[in-house]
Amino acid sequence: MAAAPAKSSVNWARIILYVLLVFFCIYYLLPLYVMVVNSLKPLSEITAGGMMALPQEWTIAPWLSAWSSAQVGVEATGLRPYFLNSILMVVPAVALSTLVGALNGYVLTKWAFRGSTIVFGLLLFGCFIPFQMVLIPMARMLGLMGLAGSVPGLIFVHFVYGIGFSTLYFRNYYAAFPTELVRAAQIDGAGFFRIFWRILLPSSGPIAVVCIIWQFTNIWNDFLFGASFSDFDSQPMTVALNNLVQSSTGVKEYNVHFAGAIMAALPTLLVYIVAGRYFVRGLMAGSVKG
Amino acid sequence: MSISETSNPRGSGVDRLRDALPKIVLSPTVAIVAIFVYGFILFTLYLSFTDSRILPTFGWVGWQNYENLFRIRAWDTAVSNLVIFGVLYIVICCALGLLLAILLDQRIRAEGFIRTVYLYPMALSFIVTGVAWKWFLDPGIGIEAVVRGWGWTTFEFNWIKDSDMAIYTIVIAAVWQTSGFVMAMFLAGLRGIDSEMMKAAQIDGASTFALYRRIVIPQLRPAFMSAFVVLAHMAIKSYDLVIALTGGGPGRATELPATFMYSYTFTRNQMGIGAASAVIMLMTIAAIIVPYLWSELREKK
Repeated sequence: MAAAPAKSSVNWARIILYVLLVFFCIYYLLPLYVMVVNSLKPLSEITAGGMMALPQEWTIAPWLSAWSSAQVGVEATGLRPYFLNSILMVVPAVALSTLVGALNGYVLTKWAFRGSTIVFGLLLFGCFIPFQMVLIPMARMLGLMGLAGSVPGLIFVHFVYGIGFSTLYFRNYYAAFPTELVRAAQIDGAGFFRIFWRILLPSSGPIAVVCIIWQFTNIWNDFLFGASFSDFDSQPMTVALNNLVQSSTGVKEYNVHFAGAIMAALPTLLVYIVAGRYFVRGLMAGSVKG
Repeated sequence: MSISETSNPRGSGVDRLRDALPKIVLSPTVAIVAIFVYGFILFTLYLSFTDSRILPTFGWVGWQNYENLFRIRAWDTAVSNLVIFGVLYIVICCALGLLLAILLDQRIRAEGFIRTVYLYPMALSFIVTGVAWKWFLDPGIGIEAVVRGWGWTTFEFNWIKDSDMAIYTIVIAAVWQTSGFVMAMFLAGLRGIDSEMMKAAQIDGASTFALYRRIVIPQLRPAFMSAFVVLAHMAIKSYDLVIALTGGGPGRATELPATFMYSYTFTRNQMGIGAASAVIMLMTIAAIIVPYLWSELREKK
């Protein structure tokens, strides 16, 4: 709750308050400003020390280059193929982990059995392990499954390590869902899947959005799995962006790097702007309450 | 309360199948977690006691890898960097997050908009953050060059190229990315505080400062706990940001355990030592997370 400042000092306190708030807005927005303005100016303006200035000559050439012709690793393909890889990876991985998480949450709350809290605890711990712990065996396992260095391999990895969080969301959500309704439906003869499909799922909209946004953001932004388990032609966007920035031989095209960085940020940023409320709910549910 | 207990315990095979259905639905997840989390943990744990180099091999060497690990200078650097980074990251994020939450909690205008601005970096990939700050902090084109261009020609800010200071640039970028999130956690905590108590204290003549120090901040203890756990575990797992921002350099100056593990395992072909370092990372995280999860799950019961 807010504390109303004493009357005589209202104005000054308020002014300082707003100055501070604006100052921090600038702090958070500055890197975004730097990325945007520098992606729209020729390289010479950046190297001449004009990073903070607006472009003197506006150009979208860096964007075109980052998208379709910049050198990424060994090939001059731009980021386009890797953007597509990321989309191909994210969509199935999010859908699968959300669906399985919903079913798990349903079982763990409405059909709880002895030991289900322990199962959930073990599941939850899996969300927090350092993934360095699974890199070596996972590389072998993907090889055995014939999925090494492929987009389906990445889908599988993200699905596996995404289940924990999606189960967490749905379990906490369904725990608050009236069990009487489930019981009544059961007495009326409705079975396990029918109850899920007709009673729980129709009211799961909000938590499904939270879960999908969380998984989408996490999987899109992942770097470790992408760097460990992809080949040149199956790299996700984050890995390609890093290659673009690190490996450019010769002249460093900062403007192209910034354009590429915005491209990699845009999908999650758009989701955040459109559905920020759900994003924050997901963050909080994933951390504040286990 | 389990519902399945209320249905007919003895019945035909169909009935029994129906009773087992929830467990059948859950079983793929149980199997996946058993193999890909706990099985893999055991596998890596086992590898850390073997002579694995490029590929996993199974010659038992006992504690050899751990002994070697603690003799490697780079591991030493990685651990002390983690301590510096972790402490500063957690302390600054909490302080800044608390300050922002208190500022935002003064019935201000445009709160929703400002909150959105403070929190948006959380939606970005650490690679994007790393790229933005890498060039922003680069002395050749970033702040240093800009300030010099404004006329202060002796201005210096080259931490990212300085092996003694580079680790602090990781702190700067990481705080920028996560502090808004900590702010959101504290703001949720502030909104949960009993307003009657605040009013009573105000009537008693407590100053705003005393009000926060005596009444509000002590009540935020659960939010502090959560923030600590989340930030500590993020610090230990930090990998992407270092790779994008400094690549572990200059030299090995910004090496962290996560980057150490990766380079020893996959580029230096010392898989046994890499596995041992991963085990130590896991143990550190477990020491923080397990008590937390334990208390959270017990509370729920």
